Amino acid sequence: MIAFLIKRLYHALLVMFIISIIAFAIQDNLGDPIQQMVGQSVPESEREALREELGLNDPFLVQYLRFAGNAVQFDFGYSYTFNQPTTEVIMRHLPATLELVAASTFLIIALSVPIGVYSAIRPRAWLSRFFMGVSIIGISIPVFLTAIVLIQLFAIGVSFSPFPADTGWGAWLNGLLSTEGGMPAYGRGDPVTVFGTWDTNFASLTGLTYLVLPAVSLASIMLPLFIRLIRAEMLEVLQSEYVKFARAKGIPLRRIYFVHALKNTMLPVITVGGVQIGTLVAYTILTETVFQWPGMGLMFLNAIQRSDVPLIVTYLMIVGLIFVITNTLVDLIYGLVNPTVKLTGKPA
Amino acid sequence: MTTTNSSMASAPVASRWSRFHGSYLFYSFKRDPIAQISLLVFIALVGVAVLAPWLAPMDPYDLAQIDILASELPPFWVDGSDPAYLMGTDAQGRDLLSTILYGARVSLIIGFGAVAMQALLGVSFGLLAGYLGGRVDAFLMRMADIQLSFSTLMVAIVVGALVKAIFGSATYSDYAVPLLVLIIGLAEWPQYARTVRASVLAERSKEYVDAARVMGFSSRRIMFRHILPNTLSPIFVISTVQVANAIISEAALSFLGLGMPETHPSLGSLIKSGFDYIQSGSWWITLIPGAMLVILVLVINLLGDWLRDVLNPRLYKG
Repeated sequence: MIAFLIKRLYHALLVMFIISIIAFAIQDNLGDPIQQMVGQSVPESEREALREELGLNDPFLVQYLRFAGNAVQFDFGYSYTFNQPTTEVIMRHLPATLELVAASTFLIIALSVPIGVYSAIRPRAWLSRFFMGVSIIGISIPVFLTAIVLIQLFAIGVSFSPFPADTGWGAWLNGLLSTEGGMPAYGRGDPVTVFGTWDTNFASLTGLTYLVLPAVSLASIMLPLFIRLIRAEMLEVLQSEYVKFARAKGIPLRRIYFVHALKNTMLPVITVGGVQIGTLVAYTILTETVFQWPGMGLMFLNAIQRSDVPLIVTYLMIVGLIFVITNTLVDLIYGLVNPTVKLTGKPA
Repeated sequence: MTTTNSSMASAPVASRWSRFHGSYLFYSFKRDPIAQISLLVFIALVGVAVLAPWLAPMDPYDLAQIDILASELPPFWVDGSDPAYLMGTDAQGRDLLSTILYGARVSLIIGFGAVAMQALLGVSFGLLAGYLGGRVDAFLMRMADIQLSFSTLMVAIVVGALVKAIFGSATYSDYAVPLLVLIIGLAEWPQYARTVRASVLAERSKEYVDAARVMGFSSRRIMFRHILPNTLSPIFVISTVQVANAIISEAALSFLGLGMPETHPSLGSLIKSGFDYIQSGSWWITLIPGAMLVILVLVINLLGDWLRDVLNPRLYKG
């Protein structure tokens, strides 16, 4: 186990090293910090002096080591547009993104496990077929389009009146086809500040309503994947000898499904799922753009538009770190849960 | 020797068509209405996209044909529409139907181009890794692992943003199609590389490869002439899914402003440009191209699902 742990940590460090080299190369080649610091009127000789003073003329390796040394202490310099340390800017935007991801993860787990298990237990029931059909449609809809449709339906509202409105049944059918709208779909509203710095949407009911549409959109991209995965794994487990044996022994079906089979189903789901939860961070860029949700993704896009290089670099490093941490944790949890995993980490 | 030759020549050689006709692939296709409908819709969509310059009532790239006064007209079934514009017009007064047909063309070109790019990179690296093994294998697969541990979308967004920052917006717009093909191709090659490597590893230990090696064929010949043809069916299956993914990736990049410019829109940039007008009630500018995108991706995914079930290579277990 210790060897496995060290191997994973070594791997994580290697990945962070590669990310830092990419990030540094970006910082080194994109934009001119001198240009950003001083105006047009400063003569070339002064620029050169400043460049020398900041160490921008040093060899690549020296500059990289300085960058890495600062990066380890979470010092990435100042953002051009915010005039604040980039880490502070990111920390201010981080809660919004994390809460969005947390709410979506909750939705995904709460919905995919029962639906996946049900459609594995009753693969031929019409409800299972319905879920499978919906899930392949769900995979085919890009996350920003789901978001736009949700905005149209629940924020703006739709009114269809194909049936005669003056009759009772017509008005009722029209009412079924139309939606009210009015759900908030822009920004976070007024989040409550807790623990001094953390703005949360979970503390108040109005805060939660702001969270609903973005979280549902973000969940919609992963939900079909999880349902299909859980269903496939569960189907496989239900074929195995020990389930047949448990059935022959007369153990109640419910106990077989939810205690015996579900445990082994969740193993692969943890590995795939953990990694996918990490990739939700990528999809937050799209969701946050549609809903103008003031998180890291929106901040990153704005930073790109304004060529705010230090902020771009910091975002890449921190998101890289989040990915590496989730992947390493998933590997470790998998190693703990499944003792048969090859602890040496060599491919089978 | 001569007898075997003559007997082979005189035996009725099955034509390619009859071989296909009698195959399991065709048999299961005949029995699967969803696959048939999907293929039909897919061919129809590709057809109208390819024939867009002849089918579309207007040329959306031609500024002279655009009437700004006719902007934001609704589609034909909504009050206030103009019969000249079947699907209505967008905010610039372009006929939406024509713009969608041209946009689908752009999306399909980028989708197929990006998959060709991925396949080229992924198949070469996968073959090398699987056949050579050792350090080459360890290095390439480690690279693939690292890249896959980030989502491919994330890689595409970051690379797209950097390329745009390096070249500047104007140059980026001019070369958007080849650049997007390159970006999406670079972001997704590991999928191919892993699949190909897995099947190469399975094939490599088979007797026919040993035989070829004993006969003194070069590594390159064995890789491309002997092993590659046997890895084609998993490549074929992931290609369908990858085309759908590439079209979605392109739409996502365009939606973020990192893809096709609005003067030369793909379906994604049409959705983006329409999204600015959804609050003012002009839902059709964004939702009709959106519906087109979903149908296109859906039929490709359905075809991919069917193919995977039929060919059933253990794809994601490698």
